[in-house]
Amino acid sequence: MVRQGPLRHLRRELFASRLDGLISVGLITAMAFLGLALLRWAVVQAQWAVIQANSTLLAVGRYPLDQQWRLWLLTTLLALASGLSWGLLRGLPRPDHPLRLWPRHDRIAVVLLVGLAVVLPLLLQLSLNIQMRWWCITGLLVLCRWAAGRWGQAIPRPWRRWVPVIWPLLYGAGLVLISGGLGLVRVAPSAWGGLLLTLLQASFAILLCFPLGVGLALGRRSALPLLRWGSVLYIEFIRGAPLITLLFLGQNILGFLLPGGLAPDRVWRAAWILTFFAAAYVAEAVRSGLAAIPAGQLEAARSLGLPLPQALIHVVLPQALKVALPAIVGQFISLLQDTTLLSLIGLLDLLGTARTVMANPAYLGKNAEVYLVLAVLFWCCCAALGLGSRALETRLNPNHQPAASR
Amino acid sequence: MTRLPQGLATTPLATPLTTPWWRHRRLLPWLVQGAVGLLVLVLVAFLLGNLVRNLTNAGLLLTWSWLHNPAGFEIAETTLPFNASMPYWRGLLAGLVNTLQVVVLGLIGATALGTATGMAAFSSNGLLRGLARLYVDLIRNIPLLLQLLFWYFVVFLALPNGAAAVQLPGLVLAKSGLYLGQPQLVNDVWQAPLRMSVEFASLLTGLVVYTGAFIAEVVRGGVAAVPQGQWEAARSLGLGQALTLRRIVVPQALRVIVPALNSQYISLAKGSSLAVACGYTDLYSVAETTLNQTGRAVEVVLILLASYLVIDLVISALMNGLNRLVQLRER
Repeated sequence: MVRQGPLRHLRRELFASRLDGLISVGLITAMAFLGLALLRWAVVQAQWAVIQANSTLLAVGRYPLDQQWRLWLLTTLLALASGLSWGLLRGLPRPDHPLRLWPRHDRIAVVLLVGLAVVLPLLLQLSLNIQMRWWCITGLLVLCRWAAGRWGQAIPRPWRRWVPVIWPLLYGAGLVLISGGLGLVRVAPSAWGGLLLTLLQASFAILLCFPLGVGLALGRRSALPLLRWGSVLYIEFIRGAPLITLLFLGQNILGFLLPGGLAPDRVWRAAWILTFFAAAYVAEAVRSGLAAIPAGQLEAARSLGLPLPQALIHVVLPQALKVALPAIVGQFISLLQDTTLLSLIGLLDLLGTARTVMANPAYLGKNAEVYLVLAVLFWCCCAALGLGSRALETRLNPNHQPAASR
Repeated sequence: MTRLPQGLATTPLATPLTTPWWRHRRLLPWLVQGAVGLLVLVLVAFLLGNLVRNLTNAGLLLTWSWLHNPAGFEIAETTLPFNASMPYWRGLLAGLVNTLQVVVLGLIGATALGTATGMAAFSSNGLLRGLARLYVDLIRNIPLLLQLLFWYFVVFLALPNGAAAVQLPGLVLAKSGLYLGQPQLVNDVWQAPLRMSVEFASLLTGLVVYTGAFIAEVVRGGVAAVPQGQWEAARSLGLGQALTLRRIVVPQALRVIVPALNSQYISLAKGSSLAVACGYTDLYSVAETTLNQTGRAVEVVLILLASYLVIDLVISALMNGLNRLVQLRER
């Protein structure tokens, strides 16, 4: 292809014909009007004090002030673990790329991280003490990433294989840190709120719905009629009902179904309902992956003498999950979005907390500011998950053709 | 004659003897299923036993006679006439009609918006393509509930009333509602043959915009699945752009689009249950009020689940019928 100048390119894209030109001019005018109006609103009219004054509430809800050091500790541990994993992943030799300590994407990511750590606390007008904490945590992350990338290969191989185990351990430690126990003061689930509750619910459901979903998908494709029909019944029942009715069921009927006192707390009830709900959708995603694997794969594995469970684990599932990855991550993204429904059954997740803030007479009519911030937060989380899934896809398969996902 | 090696003739016979009976090839699957089935059965029996015991203790054993008691609550807007002296079943029915109304209009709107945006992805205009992409990426990554709240509280409730209302040809947007037809200002109040409440309008807008983004992706994927050669072949036969689309591309794209549309339509129907966020009284909202007044949790949840299941099944049946029409018939 002949390389064209930017002006030539612009002309071909926008003004190829008279109709195109008209459309372009109309769109540009409309966009300019809208953009200017939005900018004027954001800078002149909007009062961001509602976010600045409630940033802690939106982040952790009514978590006791004197126990919040536990959340800081958890954030620090998370930063350390992310830095370590990131650095070690980059240090892995890859056949198609030369090994580089700081590839372009990583440089962009670090600049973004540091920029966010400096700009966001300033914008939120956090106290200097808290600003410093965010700088330290970001600094630790980058330092850990650098050290792991630089010297990660020096760690003996058998040791490095245990690094992924950090994450489940950290999750367990995080649950203890958040809820208390083991010598820490207990913080009841009703005190968790805001972004903390949203992330906790989403991560809990994502972690548990995955194995459940894989089991259900295998059950649905099983040759055993009882297992197959059981799985079909479950999946179709869950997929036929809106999530809100299931949450409603969880809040109102679960107490009747279990002997007195055994029913979990409202927060955990919602978490389990989210898990069982998402499992049915993940099962359908996994099933589409299983359907893409030729039957010969299982037959070949079986004829080599592998028992059925091993043939599934070592031969069929790795291929099927690779195919199903975009669809599965798509389900995780909708699960993260679905956590907002908790606010409708009276839990104080991010949206629920935001609605209590807006019900405060001091911030009446500040809907636009709060909803905009929430939308940006959710957009970033979901878009990051989508980007991560695409990166993983190309990583798993270098000759991969990107397919339409979700 | 060759002599068989010793032991070969006895091997097939020996196998069933050495394998324990419970690992028999035919028996094992049934044993596994029996065990799983028994486990599930015990679990269900345990849960149901608790349910019956707890409901009996609370004096709420399953009965439907309360459906005939007067509801005692009003519904702000209903297509099916309803007032507080009518029985509960009538209120639930009015809620169902409200739900169906928003679902049907939403399906039409989302299909129109999704198709237009999906086709915009193939425009020769780069700006239009970019905007279509932006719309899809922006909308799909923001929760539906948040969008509904945004439409209701930030957009529709912020509309001015009276003469200051937004006036478009044949349409007036005011805080008191949306007026279609030939709206006229009488004594500072808008009047028109067709009025939509802001609650209904924000729910409808939210559902259409959200589902439209997903349908746009379905349509784009379907059209992209038609091989380039089909376009070229149509053009080389002398067909114009419109005729190529109508006779060549769309029939082939529909084969991919229709099955995927089914699940989007169902998710729109299920999404309509978030109506309570923008103050519109749909089936779920009536059910919630009914539960609060009667305490009949099990019955109300059963009604809810059954209603949505029926709506889903009807949509699926219709779409399967459509699917049979557009699929390739080979001889």
